[in-house]
Amino acid sequence: MNAMNTHYPDPTRVEPINRHTLAVIVDNEPGVLARIAGMFSGRGYNIESLTVSETEHQKHISRITIVTAGTNAVIEQIKSQLERLVPVHRVVDLTLQGEAIERELCLVKVVGTGDHRVEALRLASAFGARTLDATLTSFVFELTGATDDVERFINLMTAVGLVEVSRTGIAAMSRGAEGM
Amino acid sequence: MSEMMTGAEMVIRALQDQGVEHVFGYPGGAVLPIYDALFHQDKVKHVLVRHEQGAVHAAEGYARSTGKVGVVLVTSGPGATNAVTGLMDALSDSVPLVCLTGQVPTHLIGSDAFQECDTVGITRHCTKHNYLVKSIEDLPRILHEAFYVAANGRPGPVVVDLPKDVQFKTGLYERPRDNQHKTYRPIVKGDPDKIRAAVELMRTAKRPVFYTGGGVINAGPEASRLLRELVRLTGFPITSTLMGLGAYPGSDPQFLGMLGMHGTYEANLAMHECDLMINIGARFDDRITGRLDAFSPYSRKIHVDIDPSSINKNVKVDIPIVGDCRLVLEDMLKVVRDAQYQFDRAGIADWWAKIERWRARHCLAYRPSSEVIKPQYAVERLYQLTKDRDAFITTEVGQHQMWAAQFYKFEEPNRWMTSGGLGTMGYGLPAAIGVQMANPGKLVIDIAGEASILMNMQEMSTAVQYRLPVKVFILNNEYMGMVRQWQELLHGGRYSESYSASLPDFVKLAEAYGAVGIRCEKPGDLDAAIKEMITVERPVIFDCVVDKTENCFPMIPSGKAHNEMLLNDYLGETGADLGSVIDEKGKMLV
Repeated sequence: MNAMNTHYPDPTRVEPINRHTLAVIVDNEPGVLARIAGMFSGRGYNIESLTVSETEHQKHISRITIVTAGTNAVIEQIKSQLERLVPVHRVVDLTLQGEAIERELCLVKVVGTGDHRVEALRLASAFGARTLDATLTSFVFELTGATDDVERFINLMTAVGLVEVSRTGIAAMSRGAEGM
Repeated sequence: MSEMMTGAEMVIRALQDQGVEHVFGYPGGAVLPIYDALFHQDKVKHVLVRHEQGAVHAAEGYARSTGKVGVVLVTSGPGATNAVTGLMDALSDSVPLVCLTGQVPTHLIGSDAFQECDTVGITRHCTKHNYLVKSIEDLPRILHEAFYVAANGRPGPVVVDLPKDVQFKTGLYERPRDNQHKTYRPIVKGDPDKIRAAVELMRTAKRPVFYTGGGVINAGPEASRLLRELVRLTGFPITSTLMGLGAYPGSDPQFLGMLGMHGTYEANLAMHECDLMINIGARFDDRITGRLDAFSPYSRKIHVDIDPSSINKNVKVDIPIVGDCRLVLEDMLKVVRDAQYQFDRAGIADWWAKIERWRARHCLAYRPSSEVIKPQYAVERLYQLTKDRDAFITTEVGQHQMWAAQFYKFEEPNRWMTSGGLGTMGYGLPAAIGVQMANPGKLVIDIAGEASILMNMQEMSTAVQYRLPVKVFILNNEYMGMVRQWQELLHGGRYSESYSASLPDFVKLAEAYGAVGIRCEKPGDLDAAIKEMITVERPVIFDCVVDKTENCFPMIPSGKAHNEMLLNDYLGETGADLGSVIDEKGKMLV
């Protein structure tokens, strides 16, 4: 019995948790990001990744890409809750539309000398990362790729002197001719 | 057409153009220009409350009893934070409000200025939407948009935060245009295929039940009329949530009474055993469903709701219909008429027979007394003596609220104002003031508890100032009754801090406010005292001294299913330990 953890009954069924990528088109007005982030925290949903930028400057429209995880019912609820926010134009579940393209960019700083330094450069070239900055003791690499690639790259870099990582979070788009 | 004026004048002009007649508010430094503009006109009347929470509840009462948008005007900082409880209450119960808050001048925002607070930040989670107006050019659009957003789709409160410099600036005012919001366009028309499928299910159901809620009230009186037509046409039983009372006549034989935690035996068992549930404008709240995995296990479910996020949120349904209750009911009736469907009343005769057996339990019965006034008896008498007067009833929150819902039968929508979702003690008196303001000449009664009423007692002063003859009918048991009941059931009768010690003398208190005080302690005196209360054309505080130990039954204990409800005779003569019927898990629930 884990009644001590909750004010409400345990979920009746254990359902699989899936990861979904949502594209949310919003009016770029003050507070819109707080509204969305607040809805997630207020209702106890997770944000795994969130990327936002204005995509149509004349119309002040932003595209927010959110990666979240939950049961199908929770994902449905998240989408409905997003759609009822007043500045939200629409919500598209890219995961339901098939294999969407997902990319993120990371900047990785490695510090080291000797073998580590050589190995870091070799790995970076194997992953197709660009070298943005170099000193006698450090590199800053840029890698753009799917989240899995970025994860692998960062893991490997840990072994050769990784000191700092900065990631953008995911930008995503559906495949094929159809636009949103 | 458009003309030049100051921001403060725009606010008042926008209220006039939106048809607002009454504003509930309290002045302060950051809204002085608006109060000045208010002073120069007499179309919009201002009601000065004694606390900003009272202003919001009054606007809620106004809105719920008329269907119009309630308007609140408060200052920055504490004015805005005091309004927060009322805003959350309105959000929980889907009440359309526009709350105008003053703000420090734009150049001081973020500097921790005097009476500054991040109003849009604080109210983001307790409003349907909110705005900070940073430039005079945006002001007219935002003001009109606020009314549109508050009233359309699922109604709710909207805050417009108005920095003082924007109130002083001059700009071009524009009248409201066709209110097509660029992003917010709720679906109001139900999917015809789903409506047809729903009617098909209704034709073949053997054990159907209508379960209706506040959505029917919010959809306007026409929705209630259509609901009555459909329910009578089908011959189905109907039950209602707390928020939906009055949509269907409470005295009609097809009405099973309220359902839920303190609902009737017949309503809850009908929900449990039905094979078709037709939910119109209710949201499967936890007070209604009880234990979710045991909720109505044999039924297929139709759910009509204007808010898509209500669908499949708590309970998975078979036919979801997103739309306005009025339009969906209209379409359902059209399907029935066009196909000339006849509903087979003989087919559901067994179902009705079963329901009548449940009804015969008389779950609301209580032991009468000639010595002490039973609270149920008090509400029953109040109902009997006021039922022909088209009374408006508000309540505070607690046992008295449930007894009012059980024993007062509402025949029409918009007559019942109560804090359902948030459960705000202190709601009833200010709400009654708002109701009375909107319905002059009508009988408005706040059925209260002695603890709740003290939370917003200061509003008695407002009632007296505006000569609003509201009646505060206090069921005084000297306890926070519902807290005491739960402590009895769950905490071994240890009444920790639930006794109302040092109560004021309510009769003297009434007189101190300039109202009329009446006390009644004996059942034999009750009728005469209630009649006196009704005849007095002034605000009244009625101190009805009732049985201190009475509990509110029936009750579905937390964590239990509809068919596991406790009835009033549960204790029997022996007084069994109620604590034992609620398991550890149940005790965790609220």
